[in-house]
Order: sequence, then C-alpha cells, then structure tokens
Amino acid sequence: LTPLLASLARRLRHSLGSAAVIADEAERRTYESDALTSHRRVPGLVVLPESAEGVQETVRACLDLDVPFVARGSGTGLAGGALPLAEGVLIVTTRMNRILEIDIANQRAVVEPGVINLAIDRAAGEFGHFYAPDPASRQVCTIGGDVAENSGGVHSIRYGRTAAYVTGLEVCTPDGELVRLGAGKAAEAPGYDLTGVFTGSAGTLGIATKIVVRLLRTPESVAMLRAAFRTVAEAGTAASAIIAAGLSPTALEIMDAPLPVPASRPASDPTAGRAARPPAGGDHPAAGAVLIVELAGPAVEVRAEAAAVCDLCGAAFEIREASGAAGAAEREAVWAGYRSAVASGRNDPYRWTAVGVPCWAGRPPCLTGEADLETMRLVRRAFDPGELANPGKVLPAHGAAAEGARPW
Amino acid sequence: VVSAPDLAVGGPARDAGPADTVGGVQPRFVAAPRDAESLAQVLARCAEEGLSAVARGDGTKLDWGHPPSTVDVVVDTGRLAGVLGHSAPDLVVTVGAGTPVRAVQALLARSGQRLALDPPSVEATVGGMLATAEAGPLRHTFGAPRDLLLGVEFVRADGTFARAGARLAAGGALGALGDGSGAVGTGRGDGYDLGGGYDLGRLLCGSYGTLGVLASATFRLHPAPVRRAWVVRAVHNPAEVAGLVSDLLDSVLAPTAIEVDLPSLPVLPRQRDGGPIPGGQLAVLFEGSVEGVPARCQVAEVLLRGGVSTVDEAPVWWGRYPFSAADVALRLSAPVAGLATALYALRDAAGVPFRVRGSAGVGVVHAVLPATVPEERLAAALAAVRSALAVRGGNCVVLCAPSPLREALDLWGPTPGVALLRRIKEQFDPRRLLAPGRFVGGI
Repeated sequence: LTPLLASLARRLRHSLGSAAVIADEAERRTYESDALTSHRRVPGLVVLPESAEGVQETVRACLDLDVPFVARGSGTGLAGGALPLAEGVLIVTTRMNRILEIDIANQRAVVEPGVINLAIDRAAGEFGHFYAPDPASRQVCTIGGDVAENSGGVHSIRYGRTAAYVTGLEVCTPDGELVRLGAGKAAEAPGYDLTGVFTGSAGTLGIATKIVVRLLRTPESVAMLRAAFRTVAEAGTAASAIIAAGLSPTALEIMDAPLPVPASRPASDPTAGRAARPPAGGDHPAAGAVLIVELAGPAVEVRAEAAAVCDLCGAAFEIREASGAAGAAEREAVWAGYRSAVASGRNDPYRWTAVGVPCWAGRPPCLTGEADLETMRLVRRAFDPGELANPGKVLPAHGAAAEGARPW
Repeated sequence: VVSAPDLAVGGPARDAGPADTVGGVQPRFVAAPRDAESLAQVLARCAEEGLSAVARGDGTKLDWGHPPSTVDVVVDTGRLAGVLGHSAPDLVVTVGAGTPVRAVQALLARSGQRLALDPPSVEATVGGMLATAEAGPLRHTFGAPRDLLLGVEFVRADGTFARAGARLAAGGALGALGDGSGAVGTGRGDGYDLGGGYDLGRLLCGSYGTLGVLASATFRLHPAPVRRAWVVRAVHNPAEVAGLVSDLLDSVLAPTAIEVDLPSLPVLPRQRDGGPIPGGQLAVLFEGSVEGVPARCQVAEVLLRGGVSTVDEAPVWWGRYPFSAADVALRLSAPVAGLATALYALRDAAGVPFRVRGSAGVGVVHAVLPATVPEERLAAALAAVRSALAVRGGNCVVLCAPSPLREALDLWGPTPGVALLRRIKEQFDPRRLLAPGRFVGGI
C-alpha cells in the first residue's frame, strides 16, 4: 500500500472495523475487473461497508485524502463501470444486502444497493408482484449496479429499463453527504429529476445507499411462442410484422441458431376451426432462426395476441407454445438457454446489436461534440467537483477530447 | 441599449405587450426563433446583453411556479414546430419543441401509433409538457413524459446548443448522437438508449425552463389501442376511492388508467326515488383487443360492485384539469395507499369544500380551492397536508394561484436535496438568466 492508502486503511479499520477493509494484495486481486475482463486493475484498497453511514464514512475519508473511489456490486457489468483504480478505493456494496421493505399496498420495494436483482423479484412474487427489469445476470447482479448502469433485459421492450422503476434514492454524494433524491414511494416530486440523472451514471455522481423501486402486479397469464424459420430474414420480417400489427410482446428475440431447449409439447392453435400446426418432432436443428415471442397480461388478451402472433408467423415451419403455469419451467429453460448462448458467444442474437452496452473502461462513449460533452460535465461538476467518483467513466477526464468511435 | 430587432436573429422579434406577461411580470421583448440554430443565437444574444429569458409554448402553464424575478425576453417556441422525423417500424418520433402534442398525436394516428402521453392542458406544446413534467391518465401504465423521452436537443443559457440521447435523422433513421451509425434497426428491445453520458432529457423534465430551452425531443411510441372502454362507478369520498383502487391494483385486470373526480357539490336532499346523490366518479380505462376489453370490463364491473356502467367514451372530466387560472390549484403526490389520508388532512385544515381530480391509481391528484379562502387558512392547509404527506413520503405543490396569494404562499414546499438542485442550476445557468426565481428553492 502507498502511505496514503495505508493511512486511509487505518482510518477505515478504526471506524468500520477491520473486517470491512481489505488491504492484502491477493484478496484485492479478486476485484481486479468486472465482467469486462479484458480490462483489469488491482484496486488500491477494498472497503466493504455494511451501512449507508459506512459508505459515507468511506467517501469522506477519500475526500479528506483526495483519493478517488469506484463503487462495485457483484461485478457483473459488461461495461467496465466497476473497473477499479490502482491508486483508489473500491467500495463494494455486497454486504448492504437487506430488503428493507416490500410495500405491496404502494407497489414499492425499499432495498439496500447490494440486494440481488432476482431477490427483489422473488420477495415481491410472494405477494403477486414482480420487479420488471431483468438483466441477463439478474441471479447475481445487485440492484445498485442496475441503478448505476440503468440495466435492462429481454423484457425491456415492454417494461423499460431500471430508470423507469427507480422512484427514490438515498445517495452518498461525492462530497460525503447522504441525500434523498426523488419521490420515494410517491410518483413524482418537485425539483430536477436527479434520480433520473443518477440512474445510468455509472457511479460517477455518487453511490446509492438505499433504493426505492416500483413493483408491478404479476400478470394473469404468460405465453411464450417459439417460431422456427428457415432464415434470419424471415424471422426478422415476422418480428417487424408483430410490431407493425400493434402487438406489445413482453419479449421479442431472434436467435440465429436453435436454442438448447427441452423438447416441448406441440403448439396448441388457439383459434378454433383452424388447422393446428404440425406437432413438434423434437428440436429443429434445421432452423436458421428462432423467433421468441413472449406475451403477458390478462388471459383473454394473451390468447388474442397469441393467435395474432401465430398468424403473423405464417412463414414459420413450426411454432411451439409454452403457456400458463404449465409452461413456466419451459419458459425459464428457454431464457436460461438464451442467456448461456449469448454469454458463450455461440449465438449471435439479432437483438444483441441493440443492447447498446456502453464501454466505460476503454475509451469514453463518443458524443457528438465538445458542447455535448461539456454539458454533461456540468452535471458531473455539480455532484463531484473534485472528480473523485469513478473518474474517467461516462465522460473523459476533464480536458481529454472525445475521440474515436465507441468500441462495441 | 437593446431593442427588439437585436433579437430578430433567424426569426422575428417584437416589443412585448400586456398579453405577454409571465406570472404578472411584464417582459420587454418577444423573440420567435425559426429553428434550433436561431434559438441558440437568440439566447446567446440575451446572454451577451444580460437579458433574462422565459420560454413560452402555447402559454398554457406559463403562470405556474413563482413569478420570475425578471423577464426581459419571452422566447416563443411556436416556430420550432413540426415533426422532424417519424420511424413507424422503430416506434420513434422526433418533434420540435413548439409542436402541439395534439398535432403529434394526429400524425401518429395515421400510422396506428400514439405518443402515450395525455397532458391535461389540451393545447400543450411538447416543450411545455416536458418543462412542467405534465402527465395525464396514461401515466398509470406508460409513466411520466421523462419515461418515454429518448433524447433532447436544447440550448443552454449561454447560447450553447447541446444534445443528449437519440434522435431521428430527417430520413427517419434512428441514430445515437455521435457516431450516426444507429445500432437499432428493428425498433425493438432496449436499444433505444443510444447516446452515451447522462440522461439530460430527464434533467430537463419538470425543470420549468430554468436549465435550458428545448429545441426538439425524441420519444418512444406505442401502438394505438384497438379498443378502449371505461368502467365508471359512483364514488363519494376518498376512503371509498382508496378501497376500490386497492382492489383494482390487486386484480389482474391490468387497467390502463384509474382516475377519480370528486366534485365539491352542495349536499342535495336525497332524491325521491332513493337514487344515489350525484357525486364523484371513479373511471377505469381498459385498452386491448376487441374481445378482451369487454371481457375485462365485465369482471371490473363485478369487482367495483354497484352503481357501475361501461361506456365507450371517456367521462367529460377525464384527463382535464379541474381548475382555472382564477383558482388555487394544488397537486398532491402521495404513495397510492396514503392518498386518502392526505386528502382528509387537507379537508380538515382547509375548512371549505374543494374539488379533487386526478390519477388515483398512481397517487397524483389535483385539489382546487377557491381563491376566496383567506391566505392564512390556505397556508395552514398547505402546512397540514405537507406534514401529513411528509410522514409517508409525498409532496404538495401549488401549481398556480392568483396574485397576491401566489406571492404569499410557499408554492413548492420543502424539497430534499435542494442544495444539489442549486448546484445544478449554478452550473447550467450561473448568471440566473433563465426563468430566475420560478422554480424550487428560489432557483
């Protein structure tokens, strides 16, 4: 440790306890990257606070010694938002993992930043509600990371991303203040929408210490249709037709190779009087593309939409359906297969280009011009004049020009 | 010495008249820039001369908030109008800030699409809607304007033209600002979020023109519903409404919107036939398929039990403000289950009947008090409802009030994080040239 970080470690051990401070290099090395493993840096010091006050104490200590800091949850981000600084402190929020409240009457959950995304969904599920933003890593990613990156997932096409669900925040600003932002459990509050700006700011405006998110009522019915096409182009045409027809699927994905999904029941044709589609004869390795359509809502609407989707997928040589409670396990298997296919790079889903994961780690995202960048910097300066919070992410360090195209 | 022609850069400018006042403050000039570039020139000229400026769309909400401490120039956005791009397959539209929301909807309807925003001020422009974060019944399902905003172009107080997020090029291609490559070709998924950096569009929403003047906005669109119907039920008090809203939110009926109207009608003698006393209404909008909507309405009728009817047209009060400029208009925002408590607190402290209307399903309603209520009593009522809301989380804003009440009341109420808000303002408009004093905390 440098003398500066050593003195910081002493101070934090004193105030947070020695279990909260990691100085050992081998242990620090385990935090050297997030899921963007092409970029690695061993953090100068790792701190694991257990409360908002612990975060505040850490940030204040950094501020006093002019040491930059980076926040990290589970480190599942693909954008390098949690890439540490060798001369800085990594503040890991995973010990702040309490669900403080599931308030069904107001359709809100109040959670600490280290709570796992899926844990919120599960807790809400006991009361017939769900938490909509579902990044692929939701089984392990933290809600604090979701807020930092404004995460979305396959269901964002209908439900939107994290920013649409965060109604209130408690934030430790880079100047060491704990500030409440937003409307809490209400829908709106006067003042600039700082929750909206904070969400997606990759930890450059501070660290969320408490998060209020909106929960949705679990839909009555869910149906998944998987339509097998000869070519990606055919699947794309069907996808466009589904949008053009005014349907609002909760997911619409094209995989350009068959998914490793379990054998399923034959598709039941929801429209009476029409010839049923050919029964499934095992998986279709011959398919050039599979269109996955998920529908959710009142059962009567889902039935109508499923029938419409079948009509719009006329070019498909087979459609499989996994509906209702009976199809839940199969749907989950499809999404699990999807996630692993995407993660392994075996598949190149059509939609992958649209995920738009910005790469904070390498070069900054390229904005049009200096005026746009400068305008963004105004926000940064209001929150973090000393540029101590995750410097270099989102915006280039002051003075550096915007250069080149985005790396993805 | 500045004169109107100095502001006629790329668009006309004139001396202001009595009809141009902002919150009772008389401006000196009105400038109507022709496009974003000329808007930037006008604001740059204002900055050079140290002139304060207030943007005006249709003027429907110009008197909201505190009167600005000074207004030299009204920037009329009427010429920044028009649909700059619409990509139906991408479900995206880019419009000029001065475009009436109604005009946007009319254009989109031809493609079977809509901007799922229904600001209650009928003539609202896109810029005015965004500046005041104005949302109507559809917010229940689709959220506030900020939730559908994909990108903005705006001009800062010093005349700097700035952009954030996505926008459509003239040809309809969606592109991130920056590389122009526009990764989205399908209009699907969450690929809408294209630009890098902070979501400045959200920052401008509800900023009352104190950070910049909007030139254009890019929105996510939704398909227009095939079928709509309203289930309307008679209601008489906030507690009854709360119970019904709770039942609806707990159901799987997925209403698009839940609105309430509780007029402060005089108590009439009970009608001879024993029918219900005319009073308030709860109206629930269902949208969906031709077969689905009637089926869901039927279930809703049973759920709401008694005095219920299903209609194909919205009630006349649906999505309209219950107040006029002569009234004192409050907006209450509460956790949805705490709304009734806040309304009772207001009733007890105000001591007069008042009308309540708004989105009971999301906990945002308007309350209208007559301007004849004494100032001390209004202040006490505000304090009472604010303290009731503070317990549960929520707030009460005075949207508009006639002078001199406007000057006397604390319109915005206590706002957490106000120091941070001031720092944002300080960065964006250090000389306080844009709508000075209109916003929260004297901003």
